[in-house]
Amino acid sequence: MVEKSIKRFYMFLIFLFLYAPIIVLIVFSFNDSRLQGSWDGFTLNWYRELFKSREIMKSLYYTISIALLSSVIATIIGTLSAIGIYNMKSYKKKILLNVNYLPVLNPDIVTGIALMTLFVFVKVRLGYVTLLLAHITFNIPYVILAVLPKLKQLPKDMTEAALDLGATPFYAFRKVMLPEISPGIITGALIAFTLSIDDFVISFFTTGSGISNLSITIYSMARRGIDPKINALSTLMFLSVLILMIIINKRTNKDFKRKDVY
Amino acid sequence: MKKLASYPYIIWSAIFIVIPLILVFLYGITIPSETSIFGLKLSLDNFQRFLEPIYIKVLWRSIWLAIVSTLICVIIGYPFSMLLAKTNVKKRNMLLLLVIIPMWMNFLLRTYAWMTILGKKGLINNLLRDIGLPALNLLYNDGAVILGMVYNFLPFMILPIYTVLTKMDKSVLEAAEDLGANRFVVFLKIVFPLSLPGVISGITMVFMPAVSTFVISKLLGGGQFWLIGNLVEEQFLRINDWHFGSTIALILMVIILLAMGVMSKYDNKEDGGAGLW
Repeated sequence: MVEKSIKRFYMFLIFLFLYAPIIVLIVFSFNDSRLQGSWDGFTLNWYRELFKSREIMKSLYYTISIALLSSVIATIIGTLSAIGIYNMKSYKKKILLNVNYLPVLNPDIVTGIALMTLFVFVKVRLGYVTLLLAHITFNIPYVILAVLPKLKQLPKDMTEAALDLGATPFYAFRKVMLPEISPGIITGALIAFTLSIDDFVISFFTTGSGISNLSITIYSMARRGIDPKINALSTLMFLSVLILMIIINKRTNKDFKRKDVY
Repeated sequence: MKKLASYPYIIWSAIFIVIPLILVFLYGITIPSETSIFGLKLSLDNFQRFLEPIYIKVLWRSIWLAIVSTLICVIIGYPFSMLLAKTNVKKRNMLLLLVIIPMWMNFLLRTYAWMTILGKKGLINNLLRDIGLPALNLLYNDGAVILGMVYNFLPFMILPIYTVLTKMDKSVLEAAEDLGANRFVVFLKIVFPLSLPGVISGITMVFMPAVSTFVISKLLGGGQFWLIGNLVEEQFLRINDWHFGSTIALILMVIILLAMGVMSKYDNKEDGGAGLW
């Protein structure tokens, strides 16, 4: 009995460690004082200021538009190349898969400065386009890694059967292959989207003046010191993550159930 | 048609993955020179420059802090993963989700949260002031940076260990118990060796971002606190010495490759866990 309560207490402590900072952020986003620790009453002022801040609203716009564009483009290129890689000869496959792992394994800072070096080397002005290209680049590998396992599960003769029965290759792809691998594609797209929203380091090096995403804005605000607007922003972002997680969790549960049926 | 499908990515990865790394490599092994044709000269001067005491100190500090944070993550993460793996399935998924959720919050916000707690005008110091105690210097030191690293990367340690522990063959444990081993021996001789692959991937997943970070050290360590990541950032964004910056980036990559090499070698010796990958 004592052992059990010690175990429970330990788990509680770890969860406290993980959540205390987030709870503090959320609680003090409603505090009427600039200071953390002294409670001067409830207010929604910081939220009002958050929505009034042009700097934050602009970076929110860039974050979402970059995340949407980069995840859609990365999903298309990634899915196509996953199909290509799956049908490749072994040594070529190995090379491309290893190259594909480079952005995953390299520290973000190396990927960031490498891309920055490239953009400056070919004299592209750093800004929205370079930011988008960088995000697509680090997103594609994750899409490929999400789609490839689904392709391996696909019975090889299924597309052939469709082709024998007179389907055009595109029709066979659309009607036979795509529905089978679509869970992988959607998972890949979601991973790409969240990675893009969350990225700081690579964006920091590949963007130019005037274009900054939320992470970069938070970084520059945080360097100036404590700002309750960031608390308000954290609360809203935490809520969106929570909702997104619940949706994804439901999706993967469905996925598991589907697997059980087979 | 299927073979053509990968061509866009072959071109894409050549331009945006391979060429940039080659450029960094070339910048790293050259220095500007007015006499040669391209304005560049092959030279290892920058590697030599890195051997100066200031830079070596930064290098050791980065490696040291990353090792300490990784160890703390193992020490507090392993028991937690064990407890998590032992809870019943329904509760387990819920708890697992609770571990993952903070990981999905923007990591700058997670780091900023500690600034507001530890800072001079932060939560802890305000509470201390209220009860009449002097303020503490909690921010801008090694401890704060380690705390930030552990906080940000702990889930990366918990998840792989947890995965290996839940996939472990329970009959092996029962066999050991039947043969008279007590709980301690079962853990030492069976559970821990079998869970090593998880520990090792946890170590790599914590050590890598910890050794290359420049954000945590900047926000929680203050302006004077330098890690190798800050050196790279400084060279590229402020001093504009891309040659030296690339050299440091190459050294950083070598460190990580070495760490991964050591880890995978260690992993192969433990052939008992190989099947669990």
